[in-house]
Order: sequence, then C-alpha cells, then structure tokens
Amino acid sequence: MRAPGQDPVFAFRHRPPQEKLVDQGFRQLVVVLASLVGVVLLGILLTVLNGSHEAMASYGLGFLTTSDWDPTSEQYGAFTAIYGTIVTSILSLAIAVPLGVGTAIFITENLIPLGVRKVLGTMVELLAAIPSVVLGLWAIFVMEPFLRPILQLIYSTLGWLPIFSTEPQGPGMAPAILILVVMILPIITAIARDSIQQVPPELRQAAYGVGTTRWDAILKVILPAAVSGITGGVMLALGRAMGETMAVTMIIGNSTNFSWSLLAPGNTISSMLANQFGEADGLQVSALMYAAFVLMVLTLVVNLFAQWVVRRLSLKYE
Amino acid sequence: MTNSAPTMAHTPQGTLPCLELENVSISYGGSVAVSGVYMQIPRGQITAFIGPSGCGKSTVLRALNRMNDLIEGCSLRGRVIFDGQDLYARDVDPVEVRRRIGMVFQKPNPFPKSIYENIAFGARINGYRGDMDELVERSLRKAAIWDETKDKLKESGYALSGGQQQRLCIARAIAIEPEVILMDEPCSALDPISTLKIEEMMHELKKSYTIVIVTHNMQQAVRVSDMTGFFNVTPKADGDGKVGCLEEFAATETIFNAPSQQATQDYVSGRFG
Amino acid sequence: MSYGSSTATTDLANEVFARNSLRFQASLPRNRWNALYTTLAATFSAVVVLPLFLVLVYVLFKGGSLLSFQLLTQLPPAPGLDGGGIGNAILGTIVVTLIASLIAIPVGVGGGIYLAEYSQSGPFAQFVRFGTNVLSGVPSIICGVFVYGLIVSTRVFFDQSYSAAAGGIALAVLMLPTVIKTTDEALKLVPNELRWGAIGIGASKFVTVLKVTLPSAFTPIATGVVLGIARAAGETAPLIFTALFSPFWPDGVFNPIATMSVLIFNFAIMPYEAQISLAWAASFVLVVMILGANLFARWLGRFTQA
Repeated sequence: MRAPGQDPVFAFRHRPPQEKLVDQGFRQLVVVLASLVGVVLLGILLTVLNGSHEAMASYGLGFLTTSDWDPTSEQYGAFTAIYGTIVTSILSLAIAVPLGVGTAIFITENLIPLGVRKVLGTMVELLAAIPSVVLGLWAIFVMEPFLRPILQLIYSTLGWLPIFSTEPQGPGMAPAILILVVMILPIITAIARDSIQQVPPELRQAAYGVGTTRWDAILKVILPAAVSGITGGVMLALGRAMGETMAVTMIIGNSTNFSWSLLAPGNTISSMLANQFGEADGLQVSALMYAAFVLMVLTLVVNLFAQWVVRRLSLKYE
Repeated sequence: MTNSAPTMAHTPQGTLPCLELENVSISYGGSVAVSGVYMQIPRGQITAFIGPSGCGKSTVLRALNRMNDLIEGCSLRGRVIFDGQDLYARDVDPVEVRRRIGMVFQKPNPFPKSIYENIAFGARINGYRGDMDELVERSLRKAAIWDETKDKLKESGYALSGGQQQRLCIARAIAIEPEVILMDEPCSALDPISTLKIEEMMHELKKSYTIVIVTHNMQQAVRVSDMTGFFNVTPKADGDGKVGCLEEFAATETIFNAPSQQATQDYVSGRFG
Repeated sequence: MSYGSSTATTDLANEVFARNSLRFQASLPRNRWNALYTTLAATFSAVVVLPLFLVLVYVLFKGGSLLSFQLLTQLPPAPGLDGGGIGNAILGTIVVTLIASLIAIPVGVGGGIYLAEYSQSGPFAQFVRFGTNVLSGVPSIICGVFVYGLIVSTRVFFDQSYSAAAGGIALAVLMLPTVIKTTDEALKLVPNELRWGAIGIGASKFVTVLKVTLPSAFTPIATGVVLGIARAAGETAPLIFTALFSPFWPDGVFNPIATMSVLIFNFAIMPYEAQISLAWAASFVLVVMILGANLFARWLGRFTQA
C-alpha cells in the first residue's frame, strides 16, 4: 500500500479531506434549498394570519356571512366576495369541463387526420400561454361589448328568474365566468388528453373486439377508465379558477353589494384584494388579510380533496 | 379459382370456406409487412397460423376482423371475403364485421367491470333481446369457467387468475354469437394447466364456431388444429429488409409430416424459428 | 348468400341479436348517434380554439399597429396626453423577471437535486414534494400579499417600501414549484447506468451530480425553466403591491418599477384612448415575448435525448 499522497500517477487516489468536505457541504446545501419550500409556505401562512388577527378578533365568523363592506364605517363582511369566488369558479367549471373533455376526445381519438389533431393540440397549449391580464384587456374591450346584447336578451326574456334579475350594465359576473372558462380550458383539456392517452391499448382492443362503435367504446369503456385522471384535473382547475385574479378583476365590476343575479357586478376574494389592497389602511388591511386567509383555506381544501379523489378512483380501477 | 400461389391448397372436400384471402398485402406506413397471401379458411374447423416471429401471422389474423384499423397508418391491399363480401370494400361497416368475427387477445384483457358485466356489456352492445342471466351462464359454461365463477359474478373481472381471465375473455367473445373466433396466441401468457383447459374447450367450441388461432407453439398446433398455415419471412426483392409471406397452407398432418416446402420442413423440425 | 352461412349458430344469433348487413348504413340509430357525438366534439373543439384566434388577432391589430421605435424607447405620457411609449415597462419586466430567475433557479434546481438524487422517498422528501404541490396551488395574489407583509410594509430593504426587488421575490415564490418539479422529473429520467458509471470510477456524489447527471438532464430542465420564466413575465397580481408602478425609467432595484403587465392593468381601466392604445401595444409586446419564449422552449426540447 502506498502512503497517501505518494501515488505517482493519481494525486487523489485517497480522497483528500477537502473533497469530502465539499461533498458533504453540497449535500447540506441542497437540503437547505429544498427546505426553503416549507419555509416559504410557513411564511405565507404566518404573514396572512398575523395580518388578519385584528379583523378576526373584531368580526369573528360573522365576517363570512355578512356582506356589508364599508371602509368608512369600518364594517367588513366578505360574503359577496366569497359567494362570488365559489359561484364563478363552479359555473365556469360546469361550462369548461364538457368543452375541455370533448376537445380532448376529439384530439386523441382518430376522428380526424393526425396533422389536424396536432395543430389543434398546439393551439390549446398556446392559449395557456396568454397572460391573464391580456385576456382581461380583451374581455373588457372585445368580449363584453359582444356579449352585452346576448345578456340583454336573457334579461328581457328570463328576468323573472332571480339569477337573471338585474339589467346588464357592462362588467359583471357573467362575463367574468366566461373569461374564467377561457382561462381554465387549457388545463382541463391537457389533463383530460393525458388521461385518455394513458388508457391501456388492450382495453380499447377489448371494446372494439366485441363490436362497439367508436363512441360506444369512448363513452362506455375509455372515459370511465380515464375518470380518475380527469377528476383530478377538474379539481386542479377548480383551485386555479378560485385563485384567478387579473382577468376576473378587470371584468367583474368590483361591487361589494350582494346580488343573486349573475348579470350584476360582483366580486371575488382575489379581485377584492387586487382592487383594495394597494390603498387600504389599518383595519381594512386586516380585513383583506382575513379574506385572503379564507381564500387560502378554500384553495388548500380543494387541492387536498383533488389528491384524495384521484387516489380513491384509481384504486378502484386497479 | 386461379392457382397463382405456389402452395395453395383447397379446403377439404365438402367443407365450404368461411373466410377467403385473395392476394392480401398489409403495410405499416410505407413498408410492407406481409404480402401475397392466398388462403381459404374452412368453416367449422380450427385453423392455425404458425411461423417465426416477425412473419406477419398476427397481422394477418387482425386483418380478418378489421382490428388493424386501430393502428395508424396500417393499410391492406387485396380482398378478404366473408359472407360473399370483401370486408375491405369501401362501404363496409367494421363494427358489424367485428360482431360476426370475434377476437381473443394474447394478454387477457377483461373490462374493469364485474364478471357478469364483462359478458353483459358485449351482449347489450349487440342489441341482445333475451334473458341476460341465462346468456351469462351459458357463455361461462361454454368457456368452462362457470363452476369457478358462479358464486362471484358481481366481483371484478380482475379478481380472477390469468388463466381464468382468459377464459372469461373467451366467454365474452362467444356470448355475442360470432361466426368466427380469432385467437391471437391466447395461451402464451398462461400456465400449462390453463393452456390445457383452453385447448379442451376449443374442441367443444369447434362444433359451433370457426376458429383461427395464431400460435408459436407447434405442439399446440398439432394438438388442436385441422388446417395449418405456415408463415415465413423472406428478404425483400430490393434486398432492403424482410417481408412476411404464406409459405404453405394445408391439413395439419400434411404440414407436420409431409410438407411440400423445404422451409416448412426446416421450421417444423426445429431447425430455425 | 353464396357461402352457405346459415348454420344453427347463425340462426340463433339472428334471433336474439340485432344483426344487420355488413354494408355501412348511416341511418342505423347507432350510426346516427355516432355522427351526432362527433359533430358535438368538433363543435366543442372549435369553441375552445376560437378565443385563441380572436385574442391573437385583436392583440396583433390593435397593438401591432402602434409598433414603432418610439413605442419601445419612450416613457408613457401623463394621463390624458398623447404619444409616448412603453420603454420603461419593457425594461422593467426584464429586470423583475431576471431577479426572480436569479432566486428561483438556484433554489429550485437545488431542491430538485435533493429530491431526485439524495432522498427519493424519505419523510422529508415527501414533505417537500407535498409542500411543492401546495405552493403551486397558492393563488398568485397571495404571493404578492405575502411579500407585501414581509418586505414592503416592514420596509426591510434599506427603509424602502415598494421595490423591484420585492416584486422579483414575489415572482420567485411563484416560479419555485415549477422549477423544482421540472428538475426533479428531468433528473429522474436520467438512467441509473450513467450514475453508476461515474460512481464506479470513484467519483464523489457531488462530482457525479454536477458533472454527469445534471448536464445530461440539462435540456429538459432548461425547457421547463424557460416556460416558467415566460409564465412569470406575464404575471401581474404578485407585482401590483410589491413592485407597484412607475412612470419613469427604472431607478435601481430598491424602488418601484414599471412592468408591462401592471401597465396593461392600470391603463386598461383609464378613460383615455391614448392609454388604452398603449395597453394594447404592451399586450402585443408581452405576447410576442412569451410566445417567442414558448417556441424557443419547444426548439430546445428537440435536443432532449430520448
């Protein structure tokens, strides 16, 4: 055995202590970097809770059910915003899911030539790349004016229904729901497409082998097999819709008055934050933080529920 | 019938052909996988396709019920005649074809449904107008799996062993009363005992259905089939790659004891493949 | 029927099953339903793709028409006045995105290396993965609120409140989960044989990761990072109360700064034509930059070794 440091050809035949130090140091470094995720999350939670405890003490749980929001008299109730967040998200999902799943089927099953399918797929991906604020601009100046006569028609014919009982005046919940649809379509389509493509080919062959038509196979065998993935994607999209800020802020009308009507201006928690946080002071900041906390809880619950649902449904298939 | 293929044999006297292939060539994308196939598959008998890997026997089998349509870029030239019609004519409905020519696959692929539903689903799709319970029992009996499943019809098809799953798939295929059953190496993923059970069942099934089976197991072909087609690979005319072809088609005893082609003799005696 | 197909089985089959001719008949109920569903699916796809066209067309025409040297190099005009450009906003977006990348890339790649190379399934790794998933679900506005509470209102940076640095940090928080996931997944794809080759000749873990594993995963990581940067460049919510806005050229990193996304937001709701036109112009530049980054990422992706 040669003594350390005396190998004529390889100077590091026995590892020098510095090299081991670097090795261990690097390991510590990546551990620290990885733990920053947890630190950031904790930081967000603490900051929001810290900011909101004043409002929580003043308003308690009544904050969630009252809808007076008046900075001058220091009355804060976030019901309008909470209602807006939940209703816009769920309704936009109700529209986007059939559209997204239908499109996903259209671009995975060979109902049209491969070239056309690839182009469609690329276009849906590009839609995802358009920034929210640009969609908001387009919504204000292109979509909403186009939509107004249609909404006016709905008001004049169905105005006796509580959900259509106010006259459309421009920005409102309905245009916000539609722009949300545009924003979450790419996620739903992409996840639905992946889930459908992952259905094993043997299952498809089994279906066609007993003489099913194309849509029999899709609706009765392939989609049920892909349902766990699609549901996970839908829940993910729900979380995204709830947290979506810019486009919604620009077109929802920012009204803290509560109304059952979808044609009226409304609010969501994120749009309320975007509008008021910059100029808020004192108790108002705390109230906004309280609302932000509610939003965090909502999105967290939805995300966790999504992961649980995916696990439950895929176990059943296995 | 022109004798354009060198080793064509007519079906045994008195048996009408059920399926007939005329100069069939199948390509994937631009390259030909198998070409120049002429064959008459007899009704009510078991026909086996044997040959080395890559010779196109599974490809030809899948062509018989239009399952190749599911593969992008796969195309067929020539004619496949069934019930007086070319199955590849423009106006033929492949769905209808598959209802009359059924298929059992290499790897058992039951639906993720209950055992009962696995059978009932296919029947319902085909517009079954009778007593479903009775159909399920009858199919499971014919597939020699009734005793093992009669108490667990509501359990998932995946709760069965490999051999049982494959018999379930056979039950599923015969439940819709096809005229022909195609089997693509149905026992290759199974243990010997399950294989034996399925071979016994095939002798029974032969009384009601025409069966075409692809197998890489020559002893199985000998045990089970009446007619055998030997597929082989030959180098392409331009020397660029290989293409499959039907080397010889005759009664099983002939193929294995007194074949007319040297390649057949070499294959069945184990010199290659 | 010339081939004698009337066996006993076929008779039975014809009785209880609905057998039709082999010829395709479009009038059969099942074929009608199929045609209907296909039409429905085609319509849905058209509806989904339509907004993309409309948005791009409007941005192209309303925004592109203002494209000029002046647009790219001048400051925005005071409200109500004409002329000017978005030069400071373009620069500001680049600055803020750069700051965010300088933070998010090292932290994210480091975290991803830990997850893929050092501990695939320990409890801490599971916690980190869970945390990454939760963080990616946090709404972007809350990232802004967080940084506001932490840095802006406490005036931690040299007694400054709103600053470009704060905006960059908020964007980094947003980018972090994406970079971690991309790195983790890219490294998982590197075959173990490559690592064993290095370890087999006595390389340390550090050297193996840095000089063998990471370089071979470089392209998928780069692709993911570029996409993450593109997404961050278009974000607005994290910036509106951290980096705020400024009508002037960027003044160092510890002052408010203009960005294209905030410009679009602010100007869109102003009642002046000039400002609204500038909002469209900024949209045009932003969309071009983001689509360009996406195309670049796709081009990079072509070099990924399968």
